[in-house]
Amino acid sequence: MQITAENLSCERGGRTVFSNQNFKLGSGEFLQLTGPNGSGKSSLLRLLANLAEPSLGKINLEGGSTDLTLGQQAHYIAHSDASKSALTVTENLVFWRDFLGSGDLMRALQAVNLAALADYPAALLSAGQKRRLALARLALVPRAVWLLDEPGVGLDESSQKLLAGIMNGHLREGGLIVAATHVSLGLKPDSSLVLGGTP
Amino acid sequence: MRLLWALLRRDLILAARQGGGVGTALGFFLTVLVLLPIGIGPDQVTLQRLAPGMLWITLLLSVLLSADRIFQQDFEDGSLEVMAMAPASLELVVLTKAFAHWLSTSLPLSLAAPFLGILLNLRTETIWPLALSMVLGSLALSLLASIGASLTLNLRRGGLLISILVLPLYVPVLVFGMSATTGNPEMIMPSLLILSAMALASLVLAPIAAAAALRAYLK
Repeated sequence: MQITAENLSCERGGRTVFSNQNFKLGSGEFLQLTGPNGSGKSSLLRLLANLAEPSLGKINLEGGSTDLTLGQQAHYIAHSDASKSALTVTENLVFWRDFLGSGDLMRALQAVNLAALADYPAALLSAGQKRRLALARLALVPRAVWLLDEPGVGLDESSQKLLAGIMNGHLREGGLIVAATHVSLGLKPDSSLVLGGTP
Repeated sequence: MRLLWALLRRDLILAARQGGGVGTALGFFLTVLVLLPIGIGPDQVTLQRLAPGMLWITLLLSVLLSADRIFQQDFEDGSLEVMAMAPASLELVVLTKAFAHWLSTSLPLSLAAPFLGILLNLRTETIWPLALSMVLGSLALSLLASIGASLTLNLRRGGLLISILVLPLYVPVLVFGMSATTGNPEMIMPSLLILSAMALASLVLAPIAAAAALRAYLK
């Protein structure tokens, strides 16, 4: 599987966020997006997730399923956690498992170290625990492409190591990761893209 | 299919646990119907004549009261973005969410209406036509409400705007709902059929409109 971006430009609200970005990402590779606030890291991830369309340029996908769009083969972890506080940790994950495909619930809970809180209402989780609940989607449902927007925010040191471990495992299995981050994720990127400069 | 079933189940559990939806709508429905006879006065003949209309209008308003909940919370916590990336079209997701709103709010209201009609001295022979027309009509109401809900997705106090946007669309449902419950017995069947047609038409058209609005917001 390979993702190629050619001359990618993004416009939001009449403002050009970035223009003429090119990159290539193959199986087992990790692309790190860096750049100042507002340089378009999140916008680029949303383009890859098919949630928005580029104003110019295109994103090509080679390999992978031909029936599904790139977004349908990708996990997108945004700033918001997409979990419901009225549901328990398990109920949240069971919903996403059934909604996004299929997967192993126990393995996902253990991957983010939430097994002990499985029956806990998500409303009572701390910010870092909620973040881990969102990240559990990655381990829960197998999808080839991971689009991560500041995945390490709010995580303590041991949780960041867990995240690095999950990401490493995904890359070893031939997955692709694009992550926007300000801090090191404890994982050496295969390539990196620096966005912005001119606000 | 499993995906939509999971979504329906989740929305119903959330509606039951959060209470705000069904509870508020039913409470509002009941309160207005208790206040109406007090405001109009104890004249039984007047009440009987006004009963179906008041029940219908109160139903419209109660359905709209909880309409903003169809998408707003999922938009705010980011669930909607993830749903847009599911291996199902957004139209089906919208349809399922509107259906969950019908099951959790509009359907209980339309089933409660004939009983609450007793407060308004509703004629006994109109109980069945009223119940049937409301069950059919309320499906259209929930689906049309989903259009309004999707258009006012990230507006604070969007509920009021939904009412202004959606109430005009409710006029046909109200017209034929009324003709089933007040007119002569010959009008019952045709009115019910037209209401079913409206429910079926909105079943197809409302998800397309609402999904288009959601896509515009997600961009």
